[in-house]
Amino acid sequence: MITLNINGKDKQLDAPDDMPILWALRDVAQLTGTKFGCGMAQCGACTVHLDGQAIRSCVTPVSAAVGKKITTIEAMQDDKVGQAVQAAWQEIDVVQCGYCQSGQIMAATALLATNQTPTDADIDAAMSGNICRCGTYPRIRAAIHAAASKLA
Amino acid sequence: MSAPLNISRRTFLKATALVAGGLVIAFAIPQAKRFLMPGADKAPASPDAAKLPAPNAFLRIGTDNSITVMLAHSEMGQSIWTTLPMLIAEELDADWSTIKVEHASAAPEYVHTAYGIQITGGSSTTWSEFDRYRQAGALTRALLVSAAAQKLGVAADSLRTENGFVVSGTDKISFGDLAEAATNLPTPTSVTLKDPKDWKIIGKATKRLDGPEKINGTAKFGQDVQFEGLKTAMVARAPVFGGKVKSFDDTASKQIKGVHNVVQVPTGVAVIADNYWSAKQGRDALKIDWDLGENAMLDSKKMLEEYRTLAASPGLAAAKAGDTQSAFSKSTTVIEAEYVAPYLAHSPMEPLNCAVKITEDGCEIWTGTQMQTTDQGAAAKILGLKPEQVKIHTLFLGGGFGRRANPAADFVSEAVQVAKAAGVPVKTVWTREDDVKGGYYRPMFLHKAKIAVGADGMPTAWEHTEVGQSIMTGTPFESVMIKDGVDATSVEGVADSPYLKSVPNHQVNLHTVKATIPVLWWRSVGHSHSAFAMESLIDELAHTAKQDPLEYRRALLKDHPRHLAALNLAAEKAEWGKPLPKGVSRGIAVHESFGSFVTQVAEVSVVKGEVKVHRMVTAIDCGLAVNPDSLKAQMESSISFGLGAALFSEITFKEGQVQQSNFHDYQVLRMKDMPKVEVYIVQSTEKMGGVGEPGLPPVAPAVTNAIFAATGKRIRSLPIANQLA
Repeated sequence: MITLNINGKDKQLDAPDDMPILWALRDVAQLTGTKFGCGMAQCGACTVHLDGQAIRSCVTPVSAAVGKKITTIEAMQDDKVGQAVQAAWQEIDVVQCGYCQSGQIMAATALLATNQTPTDADIDAAMSGNICRCGTYPRIRAAIHAAASKLA
Repeated sequence: MSAPLNISRRTFLKATALVAGGLVIAFAIPQAKRFLMPGADKAPASPDAAKLPAPNAFLRIGTDNSITVMLAHSEMGQSIWTTLPMLIAEELDADWSTIKVEHASAAPEYVHTAYGIQITGGSSTTWSEFDRYRQAGALTRALLVSAAAQKLGVAADSLRTENGFVVSGTDKISFGDLAEAATNLPTPTSVTLKDPKDWKIIGKATKRLDGPEKINGTAKFGQDVQFEGLKTAMVARAPVFGGKVKSFDDTASKQIKGVHNVVQVPTGVAVIADNYWSAKQGRDALKIDWDLGENAMLDSKKMLEEYRTLAASPGLAAAKAGDTQSAFSKSTTVIEAEYVAPYLAHSPMEPLNCAVKITEDGCEIWTGTQMQTTDQGAAAKILGLKPEQVKIHTLFLGGGFGRRANPAADFVSEAVQVAKAAGVPVKTVWTREDDVKGGYYRPMFLHKAKIAVGADGMPTAWEHTEVGQSIMTGTPFESVMIKDGVDATSVEGVADSPYLKSVPNHQVNLHTVKATIPVLWWRSVGHSHSAFAMESLIDELAHTAKQDPLEYRRALLKDHPRHLAALNLAAEKAEWGKPLPKGVSRGIAVHESFGSFVTQVAEVSVVKGEVKVHRMVTAIDCGLAVNPDSLKAQMESSISFGLGAALFSEITFKEGQVQQSNFHDYQVLRMKDMPKVEVYIVQSTEKMGGVGEPGLPPVAPAVTNAIFAATGKRIRSLPIANQLA
């Protein structure tokens, strides 16, 4: 058993040390909002926050999260920046198939938490690790700018 | 459109049983004339309410005033979760805030009105359901009005409906309060659809109903299915298509914690485990000796050389007019060019998966599928069941693009085989590598053209030969889609090109290659390569004639008003002809597919061999735009999907194996590569077409035509990759 702090609560999980955080969340803790897309940190669908930093949970073992705080999409509605991002996503009607959007929102929230006035270049840099096959990129960009204005 | 419904031609059916306390509307309409599946046009069994599986309806009104719309099609990003309810809500005068949506089960009542099977594809959902869903709304409204008239003791025609209520003077009764009484009323003999001028919802930009749950992580995809007793299975498949297991050793695999069982299935060896991680480790530990079979030396470079050899001979004729040979002999200017499009994977963001539970008297399947009928049939066949004993739960699709509409039902069949062999409920999961290497690709195609040009610069003879695999061969659609050896999807966009209609002498030929690489429709199907060839060739002709590419197209398309409308709107909005910043060039392309007409204008620069697409201006004529905002989203989507493929993506084979494996080497479009997009909709009352795919075909040629304008280099092979370096 391993103790992980997920969304502010300590949880005892039956997960081996080398299990990626993604699978501990999805298959053991039954938190399926975080998605599997590539398994090698290429697509960003699995993005969560570890002590506030956006990480790719598909390649980060649970052992690396012991004593740290994991935050997932399920907790974004309780986060001030997360709320602004989700509201902007809704306002601009960003989603299509929706599968990558948890990861997109987690990456965008991490960006806005440290940079409240991101430029297009900042967005390119922070978001290009998150693939969307539906091509919601223009709306993601617009929603990040909209959320930034709300937070300002 | 507002003509009374001829009920005698349309068998309406009102379910008499209350489901979840309320009114259920189910009806069947006669099968339409255009069928994809042979035999599907046989008269459906007489609908019988008592036998209908519940819930089985297009619409359910709860006594709590909720209105649940049942989708006969699958939501995969294209927004039919919103567009189809808009059709019902319009005619019903529903309160939009009370609308709920569910995927329908797999059942005969939900077959495609034009294709005869339950399928989401061909950019056809909205136009094919435009009447059926509006009629469902109108019929329900009529029943609710009758119920209110009885209750109030007034004439039905003195009542009106508004925002979820039947209104009589100052009195109003909610639909929920009328639902139960409405179930006992006789079915109306006719319903009148609204006059388009009275539409309040259709044609208005409407926010997605699935937005909130996809933003907070609660939306359920196939990958998210979990229930007590469900195991995770991962299949080791042959490294070469057609390979077979000779023998395997699962000793090490079975020692992995969480691995329960290892079973052989027709497609390989499956590891059954508690979760993904155990299954993955278990699969990695398998030792399998493969018989690689006849594809062991498959090489896509060699295949392309074989295609070139084939293209030197005519093949089967797909279209013919006049006498090309005679025209060539008389012409002084002849251009010849070859265009190549590679194999492509769909790579939806959600890797394939399918959960299966075999019960004593049937089977339940949970997955994201675009083709319930064939999946259901395939599962039934494997298990010796009747199709109706196989219950399919369609979840949100994490992207489809054609991959989840497989006539061979590959990922569903495999999951059923695993569940059958393992004797426990399983969810098969694919890794990204499995997805990239697992086949069902857009086939590689070679186009070879020889075109004679007259003194006015216009083509006088056009010979066009295509070489590639057929996606229809071996499927249930073969007898309908392949005529005289020509797969219609191989030559679509060429054999029926409006340009060729203006060329007095033309011939389109096809060589269908018998390769064993699994191929499938990929967003926009044959148009995905034919538009690249045709719109590039037209650009070559315009430059040969020293004419403006826009004017040249206008001249050739003068008898094609919908092409012209899209061309003119895009050109106007892109300010075609107006100087651009230094280093930026424009390219244009127009193409018809799936009943819609789209022009893309690309603004591109090439710096140190690197292509940057700055802006795409899109104009579409798809007839009525039911939800203009989701239409725009589909154009943005098509640009992203088409541009990624044009710039980066290709599947290649060497020594039998796929050389790509994940998003690092099968590259797709990312945020930094996405241009600014502007979408303009032609105000049109023409016949409705699709929107999911038609935006894509003109993307690649608009970009490569802009590259030619910028650099003088003609890109004749995709992807563009580092050809400009």
